[in-house]
Amino acid sequence: MRYEVKLKLTYSYDAPTDHARNLLRVLPSDILGVQRVTSRLLNFDPPPSERRDAVDFFGNAMTSVVWHEPLAEIGLELVAQVDRTSAQPGLDLSSPLGELPAEIAQMRSLGPDAPHHYLAASRRAGPTPEMTAFAQAVLQPGVTARAAIEAVGRALHREMKFDAEATDVDTPAAEAFANRHGVCQDFSHIMISCLRGVGIPAAYVSGFLRTYPPPGQPRLEGADAMHAWVRAWAGAETGWVEFDPTNDQFAGDDYITVGYGRDYDDVPPLRGAMRGAGGQESAQAVDVIPLD
Amino acid sequence: MQSPVSPLEQHPLLAGYAPSPGVADELFDGNGVMRPVWRPFVEKFLRLDPAEIPQRFERGDQYLRDAGVYYRQYTNDVLAEREWPLSHIPVILHENEWAGICAGLSQRADLLEAVMADLYGPGRLVSDGHLPPELIAGNRHWLRPMVGVAPRGGHYLHLLAFEIGRSPDGSWFVLGDRTQAPSGAGFALENRMATGRIFPESFPRDHIHKLAVFFNEFRRALENLAGRTMEGARRAAILTPGPANDGYYEHTYIARYLGLSLLEGEDLLVQNGEAMVRTIEGPQPLGALWRRMDAGFVDPLELDPASQIGTPGLMEAVRLGNLAMVNALGAGVLETRALMAFLPQISKVLTGAPLAMPNIATWWCGGAAERAHVRANAEQMMIGPAMAVNLPFDIDAATALGGQFRSGAQASISDWLESEGGALVGQEAVTLSTTPAWRADGEAGGSVRPCPMTVRVFALRTAQGWRFMKGGYARIGQEGDATALAMQRGGAVADVWIVSDKPVPPASLAPRPDGGFRRTIPGTLPARAADNLYWLGRYVERCEDAIRLIRAYHLRLAATGTPEDERLERLAAFLEANGVDIDQPVPDALLARLDAARACASKVRDRFSTDGWLALKDLAKTAHQMTATARSGDDAARAMGVLLRKITGFSGLVHENMYRFEGWRFLSVGRALERADALAALLIKFTDEAAPEGSLDIAVEVADSVITHQRRYRVQTNRDTVLDLLVLDADNPRAVLFLLNSLKHLLEALPRAEVAGRPGEILRALLPLRTKLSVIDPEAVTPELLREIRSDLYALSDLISQHYLR
Repeated sequence: MRYEVKLKLTYSYDAPTDHARNLLRVLPSDILGVQRVTSRLLNFDPPPSERRDAVDFFGNAMTSVVWHEPLAEIGLELVAQVDRTSAQPGLDLSSPLGELPAEIAQMRSLGPDAPHHYLAASRRAGPTPEMTAFAQAVLQPGVTARAAIEAVGRALHREMKFDAEATDVDTPAAEAFANRHGVCQDFSHIMISCLRGVGIPAAYVSGFLRTYPPPGQPRLEGADAMHAWVRAWAGAETGWVEFDPTNDQFAGDDYITVGYGRDYDDVPPLRGAMRGAGGQESAQAVDVIPLD
Repeated sequence: MQSPVSPLEQHPLLAGYAPSPGVADELFDGNGVMRPVWRPFVEKFLRLDPAEIPQRFERGDQYLRDAGVYYRQYTNDVLAEREWPLSHIPVILHENEWAGICAGLSQRADLLEAVMADLYGPGRLVSDGHLPPELIAGNRHWLRPMVGVAPRGGHYLHLLAFEIGRSPDGSWFVLGDRTQAPSGAGFALENRMATGRIFPESFPRDHIHKLAVFFNEFRRALENLAGRTMEGARRAAILTPGPANDGYYEHTYIARYLGLSLLEGEDLLVQNGEAMVRTIEGPQPLGALWRRMDAGFVDPLELDPASQIGTPGLMEAVRLGNLAMVNALGAGVLETRALMAFLPQISKVLTGAPLAMPNIATWWCGGAAERAHVRANAEQMMIGPAMAVNLPFDIDAATALGGQFRSGAQASISDWLESEGGALVGQEAVTLSTTPAWRADGEAGGSVRPCPMTVRVFALRTAQGWRFMKGGYARIGQEGDATALAMQRGGAVADVWIVSDKPVPPASLAPRPDGGFRRTIPGTLPARAADNLYWLGRYVERCEDAIRLIRAYHLRLAATGTPEDERLERLAAFLEANGVDIDQPVPDALLARLDAARACASKVRDRFSTDGWLALKDLAKTAHQMTATARSGDDAARAMGVLLRKITGFSGLVHENMYRFEGWRFLSVGRALERADALAALLIKFTDEAAPEGSLDIAVEVADSVITHQRRYRVQTNRDTVLDLLVLDADNPRAVLFLLNSLKHLLEALPRAEVAGRPGEILRALLPLRTKLSVIDPEAVTPELLREIRSDLYALSDLISQHYLR
């Protein structure tokens, strides 16, 4: 499935900010067996004084931009064409959950895909007794790792209410879980915490999701948003699978990946720093346009 | 065999000195014979008059107090300071023994560098099975942004500290490696200074190796690491978390000692991939940072996003190879306690040799065999978090010792090990050696007794290999318990003497290998330091002004006996307009200003004489104490007199002793500007036509110009004489024109004061006002003109901030 992805972001500051520096992770990259990027373009307005593109530890594209002169507003626009090839998973040949610890121990690597990075608590996602108990309760004895991942994801989808107003970007996962509501970021952090609690390495995925307009209505421009879902390790043979707890499905070819990390903090679309007083406001518009 | 016993061992002060069996002692060998290296010192010490011993110790303590050495503990009051716990008797080691220690640690330092290079490079230790991946991947000190980044200069580690102890068999072992931001080098210096006051005799002092050699080499190593740009040298500096950090005193001390700028995150910015210091001359390139800040805090963009004390982009400067960190970001991972379990094997793999000096025996409980061993030997173990980076004796409630939980909460150690295995580590509950410490008790007023100790050793990378500080500092634990646990509570610190059989040449006079005497130009002033000095100047002046006004009020109150007097009412209203409640004999607003001055000073302690700092601290303390006793009227007037003398004491120190460089200029600009503004405000109120009789005298008195007025005019005050003296007189240091002239001189000396041979924006804002006041007569000094002066000064202050202080 081929897509054109567009992202527009505007940041404005109450008072002109001196020496603004931003770090962005919005550019999709080639991922073997998952997606291929045929073109990608990221532009800023006003043009930054400095720009550096690099690849971070997890393999994500990272763009650092600096403005030397004071400015009151920053705009950015991303346009990318991506060919997504990943499909819904087939037959479940993953290892029994009980064998996962031994398989993890055999993975002698510190590479970004090694499961070890995603088992311990990270800044925003980690097991809590409550979430671990929740995950344990939905697992059947002898369950396979992939079935366990799916069961936890589906149970969370049933249990949690999507509520765009209830949480913000800094709401802790434990709090969103206690109140059983939140947005894709909360759903993902909660699922990651649950999976880690039962010994399944779990990662955070940031990206875009194609949305479908209601039947008979046109696609609304700019109505989409950036999305987040979960990547979990189902054993040496099966490797990583991706599940979206917000939409109760494995991440297939409706999804476009931007980055992987242990949680949101490893892949925030934009992290910024400025000197000067005053708050900042942002506006975001996302379009995921199918080309096929 | 009969051991020889000399009278020395029988001395009453040593009578109670009984090392425990099975514990090595520094003073006596296993046969009860005093070690030769101690003998010269002990002979001198025991010959002292018993009454003299406490006096000498007090001299050392007094030095530490005078030097402002303190130890900060994290408490509710972030500024709580505790007296430095000096154990007055040094630890003495022979240079040959020290050389053996250093040889062992030199190998260890190379090993740590190799481990670091692997963990942030190819990762072979993990892929070859020498390290469990989870110990690294789950470690918050292993910083992913550093993976694949080549450190500037080619090395990750430059300054290391090792905590070592001596086993019962007399050999040394390592309790912990300090790689993140090793602290204590400055305290070693202070301990040495204090011990020098206690034992000033030339013998054995002449035989003690000097510490200065190490610091000279350190400074040079930092400068080499900083390197050069096309235009000139890049700077090396120290990065501190700031005054709320428990090590801040040491940071200021060592910055002064080494002559390096002490910077906070706000002082830096990253531009075109280069780390720069914001200075009053604009950004200046920085090549090396000795960071005293844990790596995670250094850059909120790429490291811990919650950090409030870092500099956005610093990681980028590191990645591009433009900035060296001492030590490299991510070096904290080497402090992980569980790593100790694997280092003996890793040493063989990476260097082909076993560890020359063993580390504390450690078992990572992630392995079944190790877990079983720890369970079976729990009685002789400290069991705690595998990922902990503190030293073994800094144990917390979650640690089990000798088969007992510290918190006493959990059920069984066996269950705990089984359920949390990989998160735990067992370490041998080691026995340390004992060393003489003074205990001030008993009939003789005190005696020497054996207390457990560890020694902190500092190693520095130089072009010629690892160099070690010949000295260090020892931690001294509680008497009677030689396990590492004794170090935890109420420990003290002692100087470490490395002695030679021959006199050691004095270090500070040793010629520098790079060509002798060199006058170093102090680095350009960081903008934030300039800002603090400027505001220190303003606050101190604001305090002095308030004190004079308050005194003027209470003097008159004492004379009239009632506040219902027109002049008193005018003074009270004027004070109130400035936030001062005159019903309080020592008003809160005055205390707040004193505290503000002290807060500014505390942020620039590295640029400031110790005496100046102590004077300011004393001033604030005295004022706070006065609140309890001062009463309105004569008593308050006298209290203000005391404060006035103390504040002028501070000003005198600054005026007489502070080097006339940029920092002093900003302090002086702040004072002059504040004083001129306060004068204008005072004159608006007290030369007003409607002002009651005696107001002019108040103005002259508050401006401290009573005598001058009498001598110059020989008449009673009138509006013209007062305005002439306090506004237009170029020779009265309390006149506006005089202050504007001072400002002109100060501002002209600042960088970029002139642009293309013409006065810059700041001077152009000042000169017209100055010219005007030079030519007019007193009649022309109207309230409007005074208001104009104030608004011009306000604009001037703004311009100074814009140009230099951001």
